Amino acid sequence: MSRNIFRMILVLFFSFLMAGAVFAAPPVKIGALFSVTGPASPLGEPERNTAEMMVAEINKAGGINGRQLELIVYDTQGDATKAVQAVNKLIKDDKVVAIIGPSTTGDSMAIIPVVEKAAIPLISCAAGIKITDPVKKWVFKTAQNDVLAVMRIYKNLQKQKISRVAILTVSDGFGSSGREQLKLKAKEFGISIISDETYGPKDTDMTVQLTKIRNSNAQAVICWGTNPGPAIVARNAQQLGIKIPLYMSHGVSSRKFIDLAGDSAGGIMLPSGKVIVADQLPNSDPQKKALMSYVNKYRARYKVEGDHFGGHAWDAVMLLKNAMEKGGFAPAAIRDQLEKTKKFAGIGGTFNFSPQDHAGLNIDAFVLVKVEKGDWKLIK
Amino acid sequence: MDNFQQLFQYILTGLSNGAIYALIGFGFAIIYNSTGIINFAQGEFVMLGGMLTIFFLSVFQMPLVPAILLAIVVSTGVGILFERLAIRPLKDAQPFSLIIITIGASIFLRGAAMLIWGKDTHALPAFSSNDPLYIAGATILPQHLWILGVTVLIIIASRIFFNYSVVGKAMRACSYNPRAAGLVGINVKSMVLLSFALSSAIGSLAGIIIAPLTMTSYDVGAMLGLKGFCAVIIGGMSSGMGTVFGGLLLGLLESLGAGYISASYKDAIAFIILLLILFIRPEGLFGSKETERF
Repeated sequence: MSRNIFRMILVLFFSFLMAGAVFAAPPVKIGALFSVTGPASPLGEPERNTAEMMVAEINKAGGINGRQLELIVYDTQGDATKAVQAVNKLIKDDKVVAIIGPSTTGDSMAIIPVVEKAAIPLISCAAGIKITDPVKKWVFKTAQNDVLAVMRIYKNLQKQKISRVAILTVSDGFGSSGREQLKLKAKEFGISIISDETYGPKDTDMTVQLTKIRNSNAQAVICWGTNPGPAIVARNAQQLGIKIPLYMSHGVSSRKFIDLAGDSAGGIMLPSGKVIVADQLPNSDPQKKALMSYVNKYRARYKVEGDHFGGHAWDAVMLLKNAMEKGGFAPAAIRDQLEKTKKFAGIGGTFNFSPQDHAGLNIDAFVLVKVEKGDWKLIK
Repeated sequence: MDNFQQLFQYILTGLSNGAIYALIGFGFAIIYNSTGIINFAQGEFVMLGGMLTIFFLSVFQMPLVPAILLAIVVSTGVGILFERLAIRPLKDAQPFSLIIITIGASIFLRGAAMLIWGKDTHALPAFSSNDPLYIAGATILPQHLWILGVTVLIIIASRIFFNYSVVGKAMRACSYNPRAAGLVGINVKSMVLLSFALSSAIGSLAGIIIAPLTMTSYDVGAMLGLKGFCAVIIGGMSSGMGTVFGGLLLGLLESLGAGYISASYKDAIAFIILLLILFIRPEGLFGSKETERF
């Protein structure tokens, strides 16, 4: 008899356990597409790490309005075909309510038609201006547009009363976009480009271009490229004894550039997101709190420094969190709330979305930094 | 800064880049002349030289000189393995098939380097100081002098080796007529092996001395290899002065073209020269078909 009672208690106990599992709301699924491997892995890896870190943190703090989040990450390998397959899987099989990523402009452009058709909000972590220009109903992005970096340099030139500049751009996607923006915005800031040189992404010597620039009467040089080209430019400029200020793009705002350029990096200025100088920002900076928390948490969890790319994912997750807190978990409600986001101080800048602007940043997203004694120094 | 100084700077830049091309071209010539194969994996040995030196410097904390020597030894070992595993088993194959194999080997070496060392670019410290030297208003780095010096040394050494040493003479004999060389008792197989060892050693040395200037990564080999190939084609596949002139000429034309026409056409200039020479004078500017190649 007593054995039967014991059995009944056991059955009841387990059915309560099961009932608990059934009645608690299932986690809200968020999709993520990052190029964790492949040529764009330096972007995708910190992005994935950051997204996982942020979701774990939100869940630990009790989730959003009591609901836990579940992050489903797929690797696009920087391949547009894989990105499209993965986004279909996220939408049809996993039934996610929103998607963050992909890491590259190519992947983002490939999946935009899919998310537009499925009516799922997407927050891209890639920089290409065409992702949100023209505005697409369901697509937002967190990475800063190149043109903001151009404007930051030009503003500094204006302040120093420099009007004649030489530009030296790499002949790939990043360089030609930069060259276009540099030429487009020059007039607005009263700057004339008197020497327009290019170099190939695999070139190993730029002394010829720099000799030409030295012979023009330019007052500053702006070089637009990603590593290693700009490091070679810095070394060649030092070799040629070029004394006029040298500006680089935000494409090299990482430690790697200082390592590669060595001594010749000293004095070089470039526009950069605020992550690399987070601790030098004045306390009045609206982003300071978010930046310091990101930098410290990332270092504690992954034992390496957080970077701009991880910051793009941080912004995407936090923007989603804010939208969900206000509007609930339906894709359409998330989209509407995202569009209403105002004065959101994140890692990449202070976001103000509107129906006309899904990129949301202005020139304050960039600061100008200078290399001094082998480290970045914020220029006030 | 007047126009003369500008011209002089272009010439200096051209000559120092040209010396690099000549050194890489040398490796092509040595293998071609003893086997009739154009070794398109030559550029990968240039990459191996630079990457291995950085690997030994950073991972094993070795001083510069032992790291360089070890890098040359390891690259030479890779060259020997390459000949033993990929070239010798197909002894009776046509040179054409062997050339395809060298392309395969270059893709393999590049992929392996990417997996082992990753995709980052690395810089080697300069051998001596980083302060530019001024010559008539133009500047040159001490590292350029190292490159020029090593190129001159290699030329002299190879001249002595091929003209005065028994082994060098035996290699020449193989290049003229392998069958006859075999009949007089020269071991043709080991001469072929030796040519691969020599050319990978020279290739890696080239990769090491240019790494402080151009930096290095897993994929530098392809472009540098092609430039070296242009140099040796201009020089008529000789492993003597022809290749040196070929390399210097290529470097000069590139830098003058970039300076006075447009830097966008820098690589185009090299490859247009290559095509023109292949169409008009396939035997090279400095040779006729009958001249000796060493």
